[in-house]
Amino acid sequence: MKPQMLIRIALRSIRRTKMRSTLTALGIIIGVGAVIVMVAIGHGAKSRIEQSIKNLGTNMVVITPGAANTGNVSQGAGSFNRLKIEDAEKLKRESVLFADVSPVIMAFGRIRGGNGTNWRCPVYGVDPSYQNIRDWQVSQGQFFDSRDLRARRKVCVLGATVALQIFGDGEGAALGQDVILRDVPFTVIGVLAPKGQTASGTDQDDVIIAPYTTVQERLAGHQFIAQILGSAASPSDVVAAMTEAKAIMRESHKLGDWEESDFQVKNQADLANAATGATDVMTILLACIAGISLLVGGIGIMNIMLVSVTERTREIGIRMAIGARPADVLLQFLVEAIVLSLLGGLLGVALGYGGSWLVGRLTGWPTVIDGVTVSVALGFSAAVGVFFGFWPARKAAALNPIDALRYE
Amino acid sequence: MAADVIRIQGLTRTYVMGTNEVHALDGIDLTIKKGEMVAVMGASGSGKSTMMNMLGCLDKPTAGSYELDGERVEVMDRNQLADLRNRRIGFVFQGFNLLARTSALENVELPMMYERARKKDVRAAAVAALARVGLADRSSHLPNELSGGQQQRVAIARALVTEPALLLADEPTGNLDSRTSVEVLALFQELNDNGLTVVMVTHEDSIAHYAKRIVELRDGRIVRDEPVTPRGNAAADLAAIDARRKGNA
Repeated sequence: MKPQMLIRIALRSIRRTKMRSTLTALGIIIGVGAVIVMVAIGHGAKSRIEQSIKNLGTNMVVITPGAANTGNVSQGAGSFNRLKIEDAEKLKRESVLFADVSPVIMAFGRIRGGNGTNWRCPVYGVDPSYQNIRDWQVSQGQFFDSRDLRARRKVCVLGATVALQIFGDGEGAALGQDVILRDVPFTVIGVLAPKGQTASGTDQDDVIIAPYTTVQERLAGHQFIAQILGSAASPSDVVAAMTEAKAIMRESHKLGDWEESDFQVKNQADLANAATGATDVMTILLACIAGISLLVGGIGIMNIMLVSVTERTREIGIRMAIGARPADVLLQFLVEAIVLSLLGGLLGVALGYGGSWLVGRLTGWPTVIDGVTVSVALGFSAAVGVFFGFWPARKAAALNPIDALRYE
Repeated sequence: MAADVIRIQGLTRTYVMGTNEVHALDGIDLTIKKGEMVAVMGASGSGKSTMMNMLGCLDKPTAGSYELDGERVEVMDRNQLADLRNRRIGFVFQGFNLLARTSALENVELPMMYERARKKDVRAAAVAALARVGLADRSSHLPNELSGGQQQRVAIARALVTEPALLLADEPTGNLDSRTSVEVLALFQELNDNGLTVVMVTHEDSIAHYAKRIVELRDGRIVRDEPVTPRGNAAADLAAIDARRKGNA
């Protein structure tokens, strides 16, 4: 029997039991739809994370305090902070591949505006080149320069959120005003352009940035720093720059050849992988849940195909009497199961598109549907048809023509 | 001398019912030549249904041999039997056994869908077969839109469409009124006159006397095998019935 004939027979048989076929296919429809929506949400989250990591700055290399080794037992990343200002200064002096290097000192505390408003946010003490490394524009006023740094001037630049919270949204309202950090007044000389949220939802604009010399002297009080940011001269230099940074840092820390580094050097790709790894796991989990619903849908198809084989025993007998081989009967029911589940799959894809759009509209999450997901979902639904249709079809093909003909 | 369509020797079919062995057919010898029209008769339990299954290649004998149109049946596997039924046998059943919700034309096309080496025009052959049974104008009707007699004629068209060597009818008039029964038998006689070999299983003498030969079974053995004299003429009887009805009206 020709394939198009088999498909025609299958479609006719499905059409005859519209309600039942629809309900049967519903399992597949919901399963495929769920897979597509779930994966779309996962992909959307991933692409947003990747986007926000690109926003961190160009060619950026991050050096963070690394695992300390106490009696040969690693204490884990960041367990012992040995990054110092001197490391950053040495790196800046000796490196040939870095265009810019800046230490980042972090201080936390209550912030008072000159007008009496209170706020709480981190204060970063950085080098003026931090602006270049992060590729961060100033929307009002200006960034501090190396003279401010050397003179340890009490000046600062406000993130957009801080400026708004303390001084309101008036143009230039913050400039020239004082913010008081731990009883030390800093003069606001600039406001940064908004950068938005990080992948993990932290508001990057909720920050005050000041010269690291001033922050270390007035606020931090300790000699260790949170991280060193560097910017390679060009994207192709990033990997070489990382190697260079590592060598200079090891020298600076006077590490012997046998000692492990007590710091970590990462680039944006590393950061992106770490951040998207979590969403990959999430995507897989969501897809598993959706896959289970596909499985349940498949069992529904098997159930209804078994009923259908019993109901149509007589038809099977007639077909066999007039010359259908067992393989013809098997194919007929198998194709019917596949057509049913594929139709369900197609409707499920439509549902998936609609659902993703709706989720995007309602929650504001980005959703990304790619062709791979759609074709995998469709292929999987066809496979469900083959897998769960085979047993009923084989049962039909194994019928004895005499018994099938006499079946009432 | 016409060739043998059916040649059966020592055909035995034994069913095992628990510990008992039931000999549904017990060593049958039978030869049917091309162009014969045979009525197989017998009470229920005589083995005629088993005989029907054997002749129709729906079941395999326990012992003995069966040659249909020169091919040995008892050695064939399921696929070969299916192909044999498809090419050599046209079935007509008591309950018509048409596919529901499938038009008369598509029902007639069905056997050709299962033909391995199909070369002819399926649609044209089906239309011709329907025309041969006088239902050319009903080709798009569904079975439930046709009368019993018409349904049986569609079934006959389906049986004829593959040009089989043998038309095998199992109680073909069992579900029909007497006039329609005669009508169907008139069609059988006409087909037989054109050279088709017909074997029908029936328990009604009034139907059997339209055949050329009667074979009667009892307890799985042939107890009577004789030519029919005088043989009925179904076409003439049909005309008589219609004339009588007209007279009454």
